[in-house]
Amino acid sequence: MFEINCDVVIIGGGPAGLAAAIGAKEEGAEKVLIIERDNALGGILQQCIHPGFGLTRFKEELTGPEFYGKFVDRAKELGVEYMLNSMVLSVDHENSQVICVSSEKGMTCVHAGSIVLAMGCRERTRANIVTPGTRPAGLYTAGAAQRLVNRQNIMVGKKVVILGSGDIGMIMARRMSLEGAKVVCVVELMSYLAGLTRNRVQCLDDFGIPLKLAHTITRIEGNERVTGVWVAPVDENKVPIKEQEEFIECDTVLFSVGLLPENELTRKAGIAINPITNGPEVNQYMQTSVPGVFACGNVVHVNDLADNVSEESARAGKYAAQYAMKKLPTSTGTVTCVTGRNVRYLCPQKIQKAEGSEKVSLYFRVLNPELGVKLVAKCGDEIIAQKKAFRVNPGEMDHIAVDTAKLTTDAITVEVVKED
Amino acid sequence: MSTIKKEIICTVCPRGCHMEVEGQGDQVISVTGYTCNRGLEYANTEFAHPVRILTTTVKMAGVSNDLLPVRSASPLPKEKLFDCMEVIRQTEVKLPVACHDVIISNICGTGVDIVATKSVE
Ligand SMILES: Cc1cc2nc3c(=O)[nH]c(=O)nc-3n(C[C@H](O)[C@H](O)[C@H](O)COP(=O)(O)OP(=O)(O)OC[C@H]3O[C@@H](n4cnc5c(N)ncnc54)[C@H](O)[C@@H]3O)c2cc1C
Ligand code: SF4
Repeated sequence: MFEINCDVVIIGGGPAGLAAAIGAKEEGAEKVLIIERDNALGGILQQCIHPGFGLTRFKEELTGPEFYGKFVDRAKELGVEYMLNSMVLSVDHENSQVICVSSEKGMTCVHAGSIVLAMGCRERTRANIVTPGTRPAGLYTAGAAQRLVNRQNIMVGKKVVILGSGDIGMIMARRMSLEGAKVVCVVELMSYLAGLTRNRVQCLDDFGIPLKLAHTITRIEGNERVTGVWVAPVDENKVPIKEQEEFIECDTVLFSVGLLPENELTRKAGIAINPITNGPEVNQYMQTSVPGVFACGNVVHVNDLADNVSEESARAGKYAAQYAMKKLPTSTGTVTCVTGRNVRYLCPQKIQKAEGSEKVSLYFRVLNPELGVKLVAKCGDEIIAQKKAFRVNPGEMDHIAVDTAKLTTDAITVEVVKED
Repeated sequence: MSTIKKEIICTVCPRGCHMEVEGQGDQVISVTGYTCNRGLEYANTEFAHPVRILTTTVKMAGVSNDLLPVRSASPLPKEKLFDCMEVIRQTEVKLPVACHDVIISNICGTGVDIVATKSVE
């Protein structure tokens, strides 16, 4: 087997892997290697040709390719190495190595001082949500359709119904309309929009595409190719009201029903997975339950903004480099992050205490939309951080920063409270 | 001329304020519901001359299984988007291309260029 030695090895060359590699180099790691299974760097952003990236980080509105292009340039400038067309098969943390198969070198063993997981996520499919009906051609996940249209010049259909009002689905509604297809409607199970309002305005309203909230697809018709779908409103328990079912003619259905972190490798390596995020549990260094393995980006939790991905990934790279150089701060205790009222999950899930103090941002998502609230972090009954929020929404990640010197108990609770 | 009322959702920041604009022809008379000046500015443009950034792809000469991502260098009048798409669809670029190279200049007489968003050797 071919062998390679490096300080930090990164699995995945999307925005997370690229930012982690840059972070590791800037921290002083000498040999940093990215392993990517695709034939180019950039990850999912290669197909995200629309604008909306980089507003926080670069203060300008970039398209996906412009955004990752900046990271590729910087990584090359710093001498980050990468292997393309190379798929990681296993992570062997006991021996601090990963095994991959590459079209150029065949089976390869990479020995590293530390390992960073940056494999991203994949889409939930129809099988994950179980829509009854036949299985004709013309059914795609929104992301698969995005790849076909934007990277392979294949138009997927002419008359389209989209299930799910997530951002990828809405962005595809605009894309298909611009390419001359008719998007009949977007069907959303919840009574509120899953994605950003700006995407509803610019991707649906601009093209006169109706949004059917609190509706679902009950059946798909067609033998060889989709011929239409049955759509019905749902009651407050999300059960379709059969009497009001209507038939909508279409030749294509796109499913935009959410993303799942891609964690087969992580699970096989025995790294602790959080049941809510479906990603590895991490501390503020983005270190997993296995000390030499770090993780960042969508493999940890599904981010809506690539800007956030690059921030947390730079952190993962920095601490992975410190670990490889045996400089990671020695822990003087662990604090567990606990979800309080209207908080679905927190990331990181653990905070390592160390000499001195440090600001740690706790990212979280709420369970339900609410207006006029306060975000509060507490140790026991003592409030250690709080801020007002005009609005919270499950579709938008929030965060609150805490000072590690103020952590007096071994647990910290984050909650959303109503302002009186 | 009679006045018309338009509901406009601000897309400048995620807060998404719902504004109501009253105006006559191109002239805005009043705007309500905004929280900050960026919203007011957005409402004024959106009422009279809505503009959007256009992103799409262009064929590359001699390449059948890949496309070049492109964008309008600045926002285009919304009502011109489909005309611009028609011109872009007829275009084929010769390689190599560098990111931000002009692919079509002054598209449909708008004064806006269509530029590459990626470099391809
Ligand atoms: C279809 C889709 C559309 C999206 N659209 C947007 C958007 O418009 N705006 C936005 O901000 N965010 C969007 N997102 C979220 C987006 O994924 C993140 O913003 C960002 O791309 C996450 O970066 P990442 O590096 O974690 O993951 P990715 O970009 O997915 O990169 C992961 C990389 O790891 C590689 N990889 C995985 N497993 C292996 C392995 N075993 N061996 C080697 N390589 C491997 C993959 O090939 C991939 O290149 C979208 C996500 C999806 C799935
Ligand atoms: S008006 Fe101001 S606060 Fe409201 S959405 Fe627009 S930019 Fe945001």
